Amino acid sequence: MSATVSRWREPSVLPGFGLALGITLTALSLIVLIPLAALFLKAASAGPADIWAVATSPRTLAALRLSFFGALFAATVNAVFGLILAWVLVRYEFPGRRLIDAAVDLPFALPTAVAGIALAAIYAPNGWVGGLLAPYDIKVAYTPLGAMVALIFIGLPFVVRTVQPVLEELPADIEEAAALLGASRWRTVFQVLLPPVLPALMTGFVLAFARAVGEYGSVIFIAGNVPMVSEIAPLLIVIRLEQFDYAGAAVVATLMLLLSFALILLVNLVQARARRRFGNV
Amino acid sequence: MSVAVTIETVEKRFQNFPALRGVSLDIQPGELVALLGPSGSGKTTLLRVIAGLEQAERGRVLFGGTDTRDLSLRDRRIGFVFQHYALFKTMTVAENVAFGLKSRPRGERPEPAEIRRRVSELLELIQLPGLEKRYPSQLSGGQRQRVALARALAIEPRVLLLDEPFGALDAKVRKELRAWLRQLHQRTGHTTVFVTHDQEEALELADRVAILSDGRLEQVGSPDDVYDHPATPFVCEFLGDANHLPVKVVGSQAFFRDRPVLGGLSQNKSGPASLYVRPQHLRIVDDAPLALPGIVEHLRRNGPLRRAEVAVEGLPKRLDVDLASQVAPAIGERVRLRISHGSLFAAA
Amino acid sequence: MSDASLPLQAEDLEPVRAARRISGESRLVQWLLVAISLAFLCLFLFLPLITVFVEAGARGWQAYREAILEPDALAAIRLTLLVAAIAVPFNIVIGIAAAWAIAKFEFRGKSLLTSFIDLPFSVSPVISGLVFVLLFGAQGYFGPWLKANDIQIVFALPGIVLATIFVTFPFVARELIPHMQSLGSAEEETALTLGASPWRTFLTVTLPNVKWSLFYGVLLCNARAMGEFGAVAVVSGKIRGLTNTMPLHVEILYNEYMGAAAFAVASLLAGLALVTLALKTLLEWHFADAIAASRRH
Repeated sequence: MSATVSRWREPSVLPGFGLALGITLTALSLIVLIPLAALFLKAASAGPADIWAVATSPRTLAALRLSFFGALFAATVNAVFGLILAWVLVRYEFPGRRLIDAAVDLPFALPTAVAGIALAAIYAPNGWVGGLLAPYDIKVAYTPLGAMVALIFIGLPFVVRTVQPVLEELPADIEEAAALLGASRWRTVFQVLLPPVLPALMTGFVLAFARAVGEYGSVIFIAGNVPMVSEIAPLLIVIRLEQFDYAGAAVVATLMLLLSFALILLVNLVQARARRRFGNV
Repeated sequence: MSVAVTIETVEKRFQNFPALRGVSLDIQPGELVALLGPSGSGKTTLLRVIAGLEQAERGRVLFGGTDTRDLSLRDRRIGFVFQHYALFKTMTVAENVAFGLKSRPRGERPEPAEIRRRVSELLELIQLPGLEKRYPSQLSGGQRQRVALARALAIEPRVLLLDEPFGALDAKVRKELRAWLRQLHQRTGHTTVFVTHDQEEALELADRVAILSDGRLEQVGSPDDVYDHPATPFVCEFLGDANHLPVKVVGSQAFFRDRPVLGGLSQNKSGPASLYVRPQHLRIVDDAPLALPGIVEHLRRNGPLRRAEVAVEGLPKRLDVDLASQVAPAIGERVRLRISHGSLFAAA
Repeated sequence: MSDASLPLQAEDLEPVRAARRISGESRLVQWLLVAISLAFLCLFLFLPLITVFVEAGARGWQAYREAILEPDALAAIRLTLLVAAIAVPFNIVIGIAAAWAIAKFEFRGKSLLTSFIDLPFSVSPVISGLVFVLLFGAQGYFGPWLKANDIQIVFALPGIVLATIFVTFPFVARELIPHMQSLGSAEEETALTLGASPWRTFLTVTLPNVKWSLFYGVLLCNARAMGEFGAVAVVSGKIRGLTNTMPLHVEILYNEYMGAAAFAVASLLAGLALVTLALKTLLEWHFADAIAASRRH
């Protein structure tokens, strides 16, 4: 018995492994794994023809396109501004820095529905920002652009929080070395300081993307939810569910999960390659 | 030729802590100078001031007569090897070495082919040919150190500055690299300043050793000079083991508790003084004159030598005595010690 | 720089600052970057937050009071507190168990287990609710059996709790795991060799060591549990006064064009968010070392 145990776990004098692992696996299975398996089972039970019909219906495709490209766009915006924000927070001293540092996490703490109605109010044509844009015929709320605004909001902390610690730990000597070797500031920043930050930036990007692609609460208030135009994939799932089309809902949900898992896996592979090569000198 | 680097009464403080309190030093072209001192002595700060990474509050640094305050970091052309090398880990070895050349303004930048040629030349010089495509993470500590050196040499520096060049290496690699660096210096002839806290390293490598303590220069001189003729008690104790005896100078003789222990003194003020004697300058003798009686209390091994610890009446610490090829005394034996050489400092 | 010629405090600060002075960006660039950051944050963070409170107070104090003290609103508040009161302790137990197994032991499949625990973070909240409807809904796998035994899960408290636990599953564990890993097992081993029982070892050695990161995880878990919208929306059925949580109540009021009332209830949730943020920041300032290891989400 003990021989079979030690093959998959290293011996330890600490107690409680069985109990802890038992609780974890039971809860994980009941709450997460079995329900997710039920989802795939339900989707599969629809049969290939139906799955294909749902998956290729224009409405599904439009919703998936908005969710994915919207999330990609929002994650990109967050990567750019998150990097600037992290840089500013780590390297500069200015009044209110600590307050801003703390405020960055607001999207983690603020319920999405609250964020949704607040963003809708601001970016509506009669809102504070929407009113400023209205004369130029730019509509944000109740358009796909509105969905992006909400996705940027909820993904905002991810890049900042993954990049910040890496920037903090960048050794001062590589910066000094570059300057002594005659590099301009521009060159030092882009060739010496930012490349080591790239893996963290990518992690932040993926986290922001993963969060945005499935986001529901904040988007539905501001997006307008017009089918084929501003309807996101999670909303389509809810609509199918309300029509008691369980299989349809399950197929859309499965497609979403598979697409986002594939993307996350891809980025992780790229990152693992980078890690192997550059290591931690 | 003129002086390569002139350091004039440089002062620097960090948050009210004085790191350098008026240091002046001239470095000759082609010289290999060691800045030696314990932690907190100001040696790394001095190196960083020369490099331009720190600004002196007072005093100035001149490169061959040019005041460096007007020079940008690029125009200083300093080759700096950081203690932890500061290699760019997202660049290959070749890219690291080429970085300085590629960073030159367009007009002065060599052609790509020329840069490649120079890189492989430098890798040849540091005995790492063929490693162009490796990343720093794929190199050993000693290899990283040499790449950092090649990177610094690539910009044809006026002065090569090395911060604790062997600090992060294990003992064996340290020894090898030390000899190698000495050879490299002889071949390339760069004016070189390196920081170390290891007196053995400084004495073995450097043409001249500058010893710092508490932000002040204690002494500058050749290794023989500073070792045999220390200017201060600090230098004497920092460079190697030394026994300390409180003595009184009268005329040409030094007295320990009314017993003459060292003679033939000249130019010494009479009065109380501190006498420092290295263990190898104490000998066990048979005859009485100018000798210090004591009892051997302990024998121990110190590298190739054996060392006796001799208790002398009136001294709180036992005296360390190196036994070169002498017959070892027994523990408890009464012996007489003669001082063959010592350094005298007037008591403060 | 381990042997720099400075005292320790100065040593820690100086090199970076010196590098910045010698080779940093120009003042103009610095100013520009700070301005860009502030503008971005204003547009996407501060304005929405301010809006919530401004809109909530738009109809005056009396309307605000009424919106919050109205029976359906009170029922929503009660339900939200109840759901959090069940889901959070449950996740604390699971989180501690998972962290103990993963941080203190080496076994095969550990990294797989870790990624499974993180899984709910990459699942859309709507899907987190959907899976329970597929299992326990009227047409779900267990639907007929539940109906026959007169048990209601979906469109009732159990469904809401399940969906909430699903979405908050990783919070506690992922704060505890890196912290426990960084602490190692030496202290527990010492306690055991001194004759302490396993429980005593856990309660007097392990728990005090990780209490702040546990609190940190609980804080985030609680904020998400009280604020969860998508997953709960799918399983709750949104029956007023019965299965409506606060976020759902906000939605209903908003869709009925009762904007001021919606923002009034929303302001309570925003207040919760601010308290959470304040406590979190306080924790990060005072227990930086303990939490540093896990400060990535």
